Amino acid sequence: MEQVLERIAVPALALLASAVMFGLLLAIYARVDPLEAYALMYQGAFGSWFSWQNTLLRAAPLILTALCTALPSRLGLMIIGNEGALVLGGVAAAAAGVALVNVPTLLAQLGMALAAMAMGGVWIALAGGLRQRRGVNETISSLLLTYIAIALMNHFVEGPLRDPSSLNKPSTFPIGDAHMIGTIPGTDVHWGLVFGVAACVLVYVVQRFTTWGFAMRVIGGNPKTARMMGLDVGRYVLIACGAGGAAAGLAGMVEVAAVHGRANASLAVGYGYSGILVSFLARHHPLAIIPVSILLGGIGASGGLLQRRLDLPDAAVVVLQGILFVAILASETLYGRLWKRKETA
Amino acid sequence: MIDKFKLGRRALLGSAAGAAFGLTGAANAQKPLVIGFIYVGPRDDYGYNQAHAEAAAILKKMPGLKIVEEEKVPETVAVEKSMESMINLDGATLLFPTSFGYFDPHMLKEAAKNPKIQFRHCGGLWQEGKHPMNTGSYFGYIDEAQYIAGVVAGSTSKSGKLGFVAAKPIPQVLRNINAFTLGAQSINPKVTTQAIFTGDWALPVKEAEATNSMIAQGVDVVTCHVDSPKVVMETAERAGIFCSGYHCNQSKLAPKGYLTGAEWNWEKVYTGMVEDMKAGKAPGNFLRGGLKEGFVRTSAYGPAVSPAAREKADAVKTAILSGGLAIYKGALKDNKGNTVIAAGTSYAITEPKLESMNYLVEGVIGSTS
Amino acid sequence: MDGTSLGLWGVPLAMLAGAIRVSTPFIFVSLGECLTERSGRINLGLEGTLVMGAMSAYGIALVTGSPWLGVLFAALVGLLMGALHAGICQLPRVNDIATGIGLMLFGTGLAFFLGKPYIQPKAPNLGAIDFGWWSSIPQVRQALQVNYLFIVGIMLAFVLAWALKNTRWGLIVRLAGESVDAALAMGASVGRVRLIATSIGGSFAGVGGAFLSLYYPGSWNEGLSSGQGLMAVALVIFARWEPVRCLWASLLFGAAGAISPALQSVGVTEGYYLFSAAPYALTLGLMIATCSPQRSLRGAPGELGAVR
Repeated sequence: MEQVLERIAVPALALLASAVMFGLLLAIYARVDPLEAYALMYQGAFGSWFSWQNTLLRAAPLILTALCTALPSRLGLMIIGNEGALVLGGVAAAAAGVALVNVPTLLAQLGMALAAMAMGGVWIALAGGLRQRRGVNETISSLLLTYIAIALMNHFVEGPLRDPSSLNKPSTFPIGDAHMIGTIPGTDVHWGLVFGVAACVLVYVVQRFTTWGFAMRVIGGNPKTARMMGLDVGRYVLIACGAGGAAAGLAGMVEVAAVHGRANASLAVGYGYSGILVSFLARHHPLAIIPVSILLGGIGASGGLLQRRLDLPDAAVVVLQGILFVAILASETLYGRLWKRKETA
Repeated sequence: MIDKFKLGRRALLGSAAGAAFGLTGAANAQKPLVIGFIYVGPRDDYGYNQAHAEAAAILKKMPGLKIVEEEKVPETVAVEKSMESMINLDGATLLFPTSFGYFDPHMLKEAAKNPKIQFRHCGGLWQEGKHPMNTGSYFGYIDEAQYIAGVVAGSTSKSGKLGFVAAKPIPQVLRNINAFTLGAQSINPKVTTQAIFTGDWALPVKEAEATNSMIAQGVDVVTCHVDSPKVVMETAERAGIFCSGYHCNQSKLAPKGYLTGAEWNWEKVYTGMVEDMKAGKAPGNFLRGGLKEGFVRTSAYGPAVSPAAREKADAVKTAILSGGLAIYKGALKDNKGNTVIAAGTSYAITEPKLESMNYLVEGVIGSTS
Repeated sequence: MDGTSLGLWGVPLAMLAGAIRVSTPFIFVSLGECLTERSGRINLGLEGTLVMGAMSAYGIALVTGSPWLGVLFAALVGLLMGALHAGICQLPRVNDIATGIGLMLFGTGLAFFLGKPYIQPKAPNLGAIDFGWWSSIPQVRQALQVNYLFIVGIMLAFVLAWALKNTRWGLIVRLAGESVDAALAMGASVGRVRLIATSIGGSFAGVGGAFLSLYYPGSWNEGLSSGQGLMAVALVIFARWEPVRCLWASLLFGAAGAISPALQSVGVTEGYYLFSAAPYALTLGLMIATCSPQRSLRGAPGELGAVR
């Protein structure tokens, strides 16, 4: 009982503390009424059906990219290469889409998704593999791989895969309107949102109810014990990293197939980095990723309104996210200590 | 254009009088016209976005208008939602998404969803029949201004080596590099332009490095086509060489070395469109203009420009204004040796073939791929 | 026309000059991270510290007219950010790496937020020493313009190396990094040692940021850093936690960063994106080559959580 209360109370406390700190910053530095700002943020994020759709649309890619950090963290690895996997996944999807342009739509979309997931999976598995075989720190290697991935994307999009008619914005050939992923009927939000939610639920089920999930938890808790038990740690590392990378790669495919119709530099707009934030805020729990993505999507959605109504710079939203992150991290320390005073008293 | 201005002034006076006496004369005069601007980068970048923002600031001072702006909007669903938000929550009826990447698919999607709202895109290639009528594009032939900048550069350079820091080898950038070089070559046929591509629109460290490595090669006049020329200008000034600006006036950043610059004059374009909206009709769908139409301008000459250079540049400007000078004419060879414009052919600045330029002229050191 | 006589020499010269310019922030940030990691803590938030340092240095230089005051203020800001990191990591159950990422986000966002008014105006520039006065070729002179902070960085590397090896304080720092038990046995407060080391490390990073905004590229805007703070962490691992090796590694990185424009300026233009990935690929390659799973990184401080 206490545990459940804790799991709600601590993040709530962190959220409150962040809200207060951000409000102070607004009031003192930007001379903006924090309550007005928060009211606007609510309006922009959740105040109307239009706002909700904006929020959900922004949350969709985050749900998938967050899994790229959440999955390997089960095993104790800290991967932050989400952006790289997304970007390369998008390029792979676009390439596949062009190759499959004459194939029936569902097959083509499947092909694109598989290509993207394979590409993203391999990219992150690389970081995991380097960790296992060469002891290279996966946080740093996944980050370096991100930079390399973005450079590769630019190279391919402007070079070998370039569509010559995409003059002033170099892009790959279009995958064609027929193969684009549509929107959920009745809304403006594309199916990528459903992909993300389904993926999170799937991950939760696997982690909670299968032996694989259990094995990963053991490895994450104590790798030495796991090895002594005969668990092939290396294999699980590759699987977890590969799966996480596949999720981020799928996000890239969704960007190509549901939004742009082709791959270009607009793939690298920070969805991957926001995914890292989401995963940490959700404490790497797959089900928690969904509401946290919606929260961050909402913050992002309200940014435009803050700019236009209160003349705040775009960076205001970034600062809020940073404060949130730090507050949630610091609040980790409260777990197990909140109720102690009651006991000793 | 002039007619629109007269009509505009009358409409302005009318609405001012109406507001002063609280009369409801023409209903339009009371309700402000809400215009939305969307920038892809920060609006004070001393470059591309600032040029638009400065024009928007001028619009803000006009009565009967309400301007809403959003900056740093990425070229993804975010811009679609920003536009929708401006339409639904702010009541905008005219939108200016100013970055090239907003056009397809984002602006087109929004235009289809909001047929009563006018969308005008900066730099897009609007085509009648292909794109809806409530969209359109506007752009300036800034390569005319770069040509003049090239003339000044060619006259001032002592080493005969010019430098151009560019972001990506897209046609709009290549036109600028070529016009600059051709202008300089009209003064000194042996002039060369070193073109370095940084790979993206805003990479300050790369831009500084590019400028410095060009200086190490002996370049003494440098210009650029990146989102924010601030770094290039300042690096050039510190090294004591000359520079030529772009997007907006950067003379404050390089008081000694600033020769001239190619600037946008967006306020002309925007006020024109606002007049149209106020008069109740949609603005033009395909607006293009150069020096003559006032869409672009050159910066005032800096102190380092010699009187002889000023004369030459002014003469060239007059020639362009009168329509007597074609920048792109045959026989023109690219820097790989191919003839790209046949002898005897001469292109007007509006020639559509130029919009897909993919070569660098002879004399430019650099490659498009 | 002296320029043409340089011809191909232009490339190594440009790379030397580039190495000196581009490496300076790396020197400071990697030395700072080196000190922090030697004490047993990893600070990934240096990127945010660097950007905050850049912004505050620019702002102060603008307001006071003195770029060196800006540098000093940046060091102060870095100190505070480092202390913040240490403070949060001190709390039980808090993960170093996550805190670093969080502070990176926070620092960057805060710097952009507060730094809005500083984008337009022009702040005074830190000067440089003209080491090339002997040459008549302007390019050589320009290449040998060495800024003061570079010299300071070099001295700092040697001083830090000496201090870690030969002073009592250095010993305590190393102990805190190698083995908490041994440090406690010596009577040192591990928490306090790490706090001091992280704060000083942060101040170095702040100075590195000041270099970016006050010397090269010498202006404040939101695209100033391209991940230098994070690459510095990789640098430190590559340099095996030795300050002087950090210096060489930084120079190597500076040269790698200057490769693409230098090559383009002599006509090698194919695949310039791939060249821009050079520093990162280099780091990765070096890490792969020098790491090994058996002996967990020779030279790694024992308590460093990230290196298992």
